[in-house]
Amino acid sequence: MLQIDLWKRVVIWALCALGLLLAVPNAFYSKVEGHNDAIAEIELSGTSPEREAMAAQWPGFLPSGLVNLGLDLRGGAHLLAEVAVEDVYSARMKAFWPEVRDALRPERSTIGTIRLQPSAGDELKVRISEPDGMTRAMEVVRGLAQQVVSLSGVGASDIEVSADGSALTVRLSEAEKRATDERTMQQSLEIIRRRIDEVGTREPTIQRQGTDRILIQVPGIGSAAELKAIIGTTAQLTFQPVLGRGSDPDANAGIGNEILPSLDEEGAYYTLESAPVVTGEELVDAQPAFDQNGRPAVNFRFNPTGARKFGDYTAENIGNPFAIVLDSEVISAPVIQSHISGGSGIITGNFTVEESTNLAVLLRAGALPAGLDFLEERTIGPELGADSIKAGQVACIVAFTAVLIFMFLSYGTFGLFANIALIINVGLIFGLLSMVGATLTLPGIAGIVLTIGMAVDANVLVFERIREEIKSGKGPARAIDLGYEKALSAIIDANITTFITAVILFVMGSGPVRGFAITLGLGILTSVFTAIFVTRLIIVMWFERKRPKELEV
Amino acid sequence: MRLRLVKQDTKFDFFSRWKMWLGISLVMMIVGFASFMYQGLNYGIDFKGGTTIRSESTTPIDVGAYRDAISPLELGDITISEVFDPTFAADQHVAMIRIQAQEGQEAVKSDIIAQVQVALQAIAPDIKFVSVESVGPKVSGELIQTAAIAVVLAIAAVLIYIWLRFEWQFALGAVAALVHDIILTIGIFSELQIKFDLAIIAALLTIVGYSLNDTVVVFDRVRENLRKYKKKPLNEVLNISINETLSRTFMTSVTTLLALIALFVLGGDVIRGFVFAMIWGVIVGTYSSVFVASAILLYLGVKRDWTNKPDANAGTQFANIDA
Repeated sequence: MLQIDLWKRVVIWALCALGLLLAVPNAFYSKVEGHNDAIAEIELSGTSPEREAMAAQWPGFLPSGLVNLGLDLRGGAHLLAEVAVEDVYSARMKAFWPEVRDALRPERSTIGTIRLQPSAGDELKVRISEPDGMTRAMEVVRGLAQQVVSLSGVGASDIEVSADGSALTVRLSEAEKRATDERTMQQSLEIIRRRIDEVGTREPTIQRQGTDRILIQVPGIGSAAELKAIIGTTAQLTFQPVLGRGSDPDANAGIGNEILPSLDEEGAYYTLESAPVVTGEELVDAQPAFDQNGRPAVNFRFNPTGARKFGDYTAENIGNPFAIVLDSEVISAPVIQSHISGGSGIITGNFTVEESTNLAVLLRAGALPAGLDFLEERTIGPELGADSIKAGQVACIVAFTAVLIFMFLSYGTFGLFANIALIINVGLIFGLLSMVGATLTLPGIAGIVLTIGMAVDANVLVFERIREEIKSGKGPARAIDLGYEKALSAIIDANITTFITAVILFVMGSGPVRGFAITLGLGILTSVFTAIFVTRLIIVMWFERKRPKELEV
Repeated sequence: MRLRLVKQDTKFDFFSRWKMWLGISLVMMIVGFASFMYQGLNYGIDFKGGTTIRSESTTPIDVGAYRDAISPLELGDITISEVFDPTFAADQHVAMIRIQAQEGQEAVKSDIIAQVQVALQAIAPDIKFVSVESVGPKVSGELIQTAAIAVVLAIAAVLIYIWLRFEWQFALGAVAALVHDIILTIGIFSELQIKFDLAIIAALLTIVGYSLNDTVVVFDRVRENLRKYKKKPLNEVLNISINETLSRTFMTSVTTLLALIALFVLGGDVIRGFVFAMIWGVIVGTYSSVFVASAILLYLGVKRDWTNKPDANAGTQFANIDA
């Protein structure tokens, strides 16, 4: 009857001890955090006496996992960005035009003259003067197609070519668009990560959400605006041939050309060829520097292909201006003085030192392949987070004490047992949270407080049942036994249903809500464990020692 | 001497007026729903889009002056409210400024926030923005949809689970109680115009969980007593079951409320709405498991031949999972 095998007892106590041990680091939060940071720094950049001292604050043999504090508790910035994946389609089509032109040129005897037509961004429209040569033209352009590189679209061609009278339209195929989207997202994630790492903040979260969104959370940063300054700039650098300069932004640029404003000179506009000679993708390095007049500038170096393209272009166009364009603004448009063969150069403009440093960082980390739209921005100041933690702690302690006193008043000795289990329970929740590296948010603290209130439910069910059994004349041992047996189905059903809602919250929710779901779900697991196993074991141990003739519950 | 919230051996008759209680619940649901339809919820930016700024300053807040300072910026609809909380220091004056979603923008641009700050510094030089949250209309539309799906999913999952473990009448009773709790909670949020944001959805789902917890415990006892008292009429069996579980119902509600009230008073204003929803949910949930769930069960009637099956434990084929 009231027997629990020795091995079971050992397992139960061992689990409790393990859970509590895992929870211990949280009681010394700042020390352990310093220790963890120091260890990470030593691994990254070698040891130093201060770091060793920091690391020694917490003994290495103890677990050092901590509950992560969410942004609402620590302060920091949160951004949800949508990547404009379509940007890439038009960039692709723009860059495709010279290729199409060069391929069609030798066929001029059959297809006549070729002219680029205005078209939507994600397609390329070419008119030929001899409609009879259309079949040949389509054949040639199709010859430029490549196979899509992706898991799903094997064998599909990357472009679709169609003809309408004398107009030939080139478009990206659906398979290629999907593959491009995927690449765009991967690149954007990678570049955002690199940029944030360059600035060097701790534990940023950079996650992909859905098909085209990126969630960025950086604790400890002053504001979302600061974060946006780092990741919000596309930093698309291109070198484009200059056709003219004027002051009318709406002038007719001609097909295949574009008009872009000057960055420094108000009201100045440049007419440029849309297809760039070289792009920032071919940069291998960028460093802040000063030009010969001592003004801040950025030094850059191309990779070999970029260097060759740049070299060839400058050799052919000595005396002509070319424009350095950053995110659709002309930084400068110097005249090519000589053949530049080394593959390095300097960007000058009206920069401050800070701007040139930032630009170098952005160029080095690489351009974002597409623009970002920010759908959600949150900044939480560290003071507010600290206030929330303080308030949460006080509330937890008060709630905890109130429940402990109430349980003791209601159930006496048995209430004490439930209280011990409750203390273990809260310890276990923190232990589990630290083990899985979960994030504690403000609603998460509410979840813990709620668990404190609800955790006693299982014990209450059992104790009430024991009372009933005693009343119906059962002996103490039998009453305890039956109490547990009969209460079990209610405990299981009640907790499974609550657990189901916690799981749904976790799956559907985001951010703070998810934090709440985690603590609620873990709280249910630990409270069922403590009620069914721990309290029972305590009661059995007490019973074996006391052998009471009568039970008072 | 033990603290007893409920006397031993209570014999309250919960079902002498069960039709009246069901009627009252129905009326309250209609009132709540009507309030929701006509007055609408005070949606937070999570669901409506826009920006909220939490400002802090040592100078006392004059809402009118704040409004006058911001209105020249022409940001459309602006709500300003002062926040009071016992956890604040004496010279800590907190205001919440809410700006509507701006035409043609997703999140509000940083320069607008900066402008607002400059404008407010004219009247409160040391003003700080301790949090700024901005949600674009695109996301907020999706958030409300996901939230609605979550609630519906939770109810559906629960319906199926209770159906498997008990009988369909129990499942319907439990779900009726859940819908009752949710409508009343939404109703009070619309009636009192408390801010309804994402966290409140979490609270709603917790209420679902809690109310269910309570209902299931009562139902579990009903199932047991249906086997024990084969000849008694259903309303007596229900009455016995509720009386037997009454002590536990009160104990659990009180411990949970104790914890929640501590959080409500001391937990700070940021989560007060959330905690309020849960407190309300615990009270309504406790009420509904007796007066809605069990009353519906009485109305629908249950199968009484539980013991005809060879296995005495088998209420349904899944009822003995834990046995």
